Amino acid sequence: MSSLSRRRFLKITGATFGATVAASSLSGVVKGAEKVDEKTGKSVKGIQKIPTFCDICFWKCGAIAYVKDGELWKIEGNPDDPLSNGRLCPRGTGGVGAHYDESRLKAPLMRKGPRGKEEFVEVTWDEAFDFIAKKMKKIKADYGPESMALFSHGIGGAFLKHLMKAYGTPNLTAPSFAQCRGPREVGFDLTYGDVIGSPERTDIENTKCLVLLGSHLGENMHNTQVQEFSHAIEKGATIITVDPRFSVAAGKAKHYLPIKPGTDMALLLAWMNVIVAEKLYNKNFIDKNAFGFEQFEYEIAQYTPEWAYIETTIDPEVIRETAREMARYAPATIIHPGRHTTWYGDDAQRSRAVALLNALMGNWGKKGGLYNPYNLSIPRYPYPKYPKSEKGSADNPNHKYPFAEGEKLSTGLREATITGKPYPIKGWFVYGTNLTQALPNTQETIDAIQKLDLMVVVDVVPSEIAGWADVVLPESVYVERYDELNTPLFKESFVALRQPVVEAPNDQKPNWWMAKKIGEKLGLQKYFPWKNVEEYLDTRLKSAGLSLSELQKKGVIKGPKESIYLGENEEPEFYTPSGKIEFYSHKLKEAGFDPIPKYSKPEEPPAGYFRLLFGRAPIHTFSKTQSNRYLYDLMDENEVWLNADVAKRIGVKNGEYVKLKNQDGVVSNKVKIKATERIRTDCVYMVHGFGQRSKMYRQTFNKGASDAQLITKYKTDPLMGGTGMNVNFVTIDWEA
Amino acid sequence: MARYGMVIDTKKCVGCQDCVIACQAENNVPQGFCRDWITTESKGKFPTIEMEIRTERCNHCTDAPCVSCCPTGASHYHDVGGVILVNHDECIGCKACIASCPYDARYVHPEGYVDKCTFCIHRVEKGEDPACVSVCPTYCMHFGDLDDPNSDVSQLLKSRKYHSLIPEAGTKPNIFYLT
Repeated sequence: MSSLSRRRFLKITGATFGATVAASSLSGVVKGAEKVDEKTGKSVKGIQKIPTFCDICFWKCGAIAYVKDGELWKIEGNPDDPLSNGRLCPRGTGGVGAHYDESRLKAPLMRKGPRGKEEFVEVTWDEAFDFIAKKMKKIKADYGPESMALFSHGIGGAFLKHLMKAYGTPNLTAPSFAQCRGPREVGFDLTYGDVIGSPERTDIENTKCLVLLGSHLGENMHNTQVQEFSHAIEKGATIITVDPRFSVAAGKAKHYLPIKPGTDMALLLAWMNVIVAEKLYNKNFIDKNAFGFEQFEYEIAQYTPEWAYIETTIDPEVIRETAREMARYAPATIIHPGRHTTWYGDDAQRSRAVALLNALMGNWGKKGGLYNPYNLSIPRYPYPKYPKSEKGSADNPNHKYPFAEGEKLSTGLREATITGKPYPIKGWFVYGTNLTQALPNTQETIDAIQKLDLMVVVDVVPSEIAGWADVVLPESVYVERYDELNTPLFKESFVALRQPVVEAPNDQKPNWWMAKKIGEKLGLQKYFPWKNVEEYLDTRLKSAGLSLSELQKKGVIKGPKESIYLGENEEPEFYTPSGKIEFYSHKLKEAGFDPIPKYSKPEEPPAGYFRLLFGRAPIHTFSKTQSNRYLYDLMDENEVWLNADVAKRIGVKNGEYVKLKNQDGVVSNKVKIKATERIRTDCVYMVHGFGQRSKMYRQTFNKGASDAQLITKYKTDPLMGGTGMNVNFVTIDWEA
Repeated sequence: MARYGMVIDTKKCVGCQDCVIACQAENNVPQGFCRDWITTESKGKFPTIEMEIRTERCNHCTDAPCVSCCPTGASHYHDVGGVILVNHDECIGCKACIASCPYDARYVHPEGYVDKCTFCIHRVEKGEDPACVSVCPTYCMHFGDLDDPNSDVSQLLKSRKYHSLIPEAGTKPNIFYLT
């Protein structure tokens, strides 16, 4: 998004690294500090504490790994790290299990059977790289470099991104946009000219009223947010939770609104109706900063709480009461923008409604509202210029989705691969993302893969997507490798280092090494002038007045403090066409969309069917942690949540195994029923990431059911190409 | 003498099980076993539901039946803080303590002895919190001396409502849950 880069540029130039370095309590390596194992009397070599940052999810929490007698013992949070504050989430604490995971890929693999049959032979790295380089050269010669695409997730993909840019393709994508937070970023950008970003710019710690729409904090364990959520509860903040399921966050709420799925927009409009009708908004802020407020005021008048009651099943008085409560605490009120926002295909517009409700609170740049993040400037490595692509990217031909500007559409590249339009995509590099589970409609993903001349998967475990690869490259896990530096936009500025703590147990290699080796085979040496990653990192750090050796000891170095709130007389700036918060958007109007968000009714489930909803468990990340022994021990399969009365009526028991069938006749693996009072009668819910069908991924093969498999239908957001996935209906498959 | 105990805020706990994993890693608990666990209790009909999430473990009772029933003296009150420990070398694995514990807090270690929560006494004696307390991302757990009126745990019990688990068993548990 253009405005994002503008904002980033402004913030980055404002926050260059100064002389003040926060003192660190860590002293790097502590040897011989403790004695171990009295029982066996084995010689004690002592304990090393090595700082790094986590990779079990994508939050990148600072950690300290403990090595006892040369073996990884435990991983704790780094107290100096602003993301973890010395406390990791259960996945991070269980990160030890990633290193010891018996399912890990051990050597490079080449396919010998048909794609997807998981028949491979072990090869040397050199053989694997020769094969890849030969294919990539041929693709470039036959079709042009744009015909290679990279799907990656996580900071580990940084060096492969660099390789692909050097090769000459603009087709670099991640499911984190079109399958996750894309609608939110587009909705906020259209409204404020700025995005929410990750970590989210929500000052939850200081908020007095937090509104969660489907956000299941506590089950979604993005560490800093959960910590701040807990602080807000401690300080007595009002929590308003809107969810068809009585989530953990619902259990913390003063008001729980058991909304009918798919009707969130109606609730948002009704809340705004109350706040405008009762003049509860911050008039001074709106007068100064709102564009098109009169049209908005006129249009919002129709959406009364009584109107919304019919749609949402939420009592009109509860809608009024919660709207007043939000306004009472403004500007220290947050209507959380959510993270996984690809629900119903009108998600960017719903995110716009969330953005406007926040605007009525006047919380932009305010304590307890949406703060102004900043980061630390570490100059990029001085690479030669990347080749420029004449064709442009293939994900969004003719700007079919006019507001999908900033990031590429994963599903767009999949479609281009299938159709060959606007030009053929002939090679995929897949890093750290299990595309058969991450993208809706698995069959389309498989159809696309079958069109490829080259399919490479880089992963740590034999994920389902690895089974479809021509070449599988086993990566070392995060405690065994260096990665790119982390300098996120956040409440504090800092740089964090991921560094190896122990050696990889087999022939696994870090991605920076793979990228460099492949680059060299492709004749792209000039893009890999560094000898090794240490030299690369040290060059970057030295250009900011730091050094790798210093960061190796501390793990995290903080930059100078800046205020994340606007001063009393400081006016916010908005990078929209009007320079204000756009309650009415000409940009949307010109593109043929509603300039002010409108409600459309969701499709109803057929008789006997339930809407399929999915979410997260605190101890797993997507479908990539299921074989970690600590996490597997606590949850080795998912359950399908079904309302207890409904279960009784249709004759299924708690704990019973059933199969689910969706509206297109697709049948799931067997999955355990969780008959519970904690969900509405018109939907079912399951945790994402289970029911994988990779036979190589032994521990998790066929355990639980896969929501992804049942998501054969998706509704594409016409603004930005996000794939709304909560539009599938399932029933119990009695014949199974 | 100190009386070590825990005060746990159920308003903040999200049941993420970080405490379970931190304990397993810290204490090298064998795979398939745990010394602490999460209980989620919900009452009522949708959507009017009351839910309490708790992290549970050995209650380090003041009148501990596991100590009084142990035929070898392996289960004992540690001289620091009254923490209940099992001396592995003296334990014969008879499981009398397992039967006597109202909290089901003990298990037989694959090496034959009975094992359970130690309040991470090896950390506590160095001035650190137990692993479960120090890892918790919701800061819901507090460890300290219940006999010291100025300790965090005593202060919390003075200012908040709380309950213990199965008080009717009469074992005088030393873990309290804020509600």
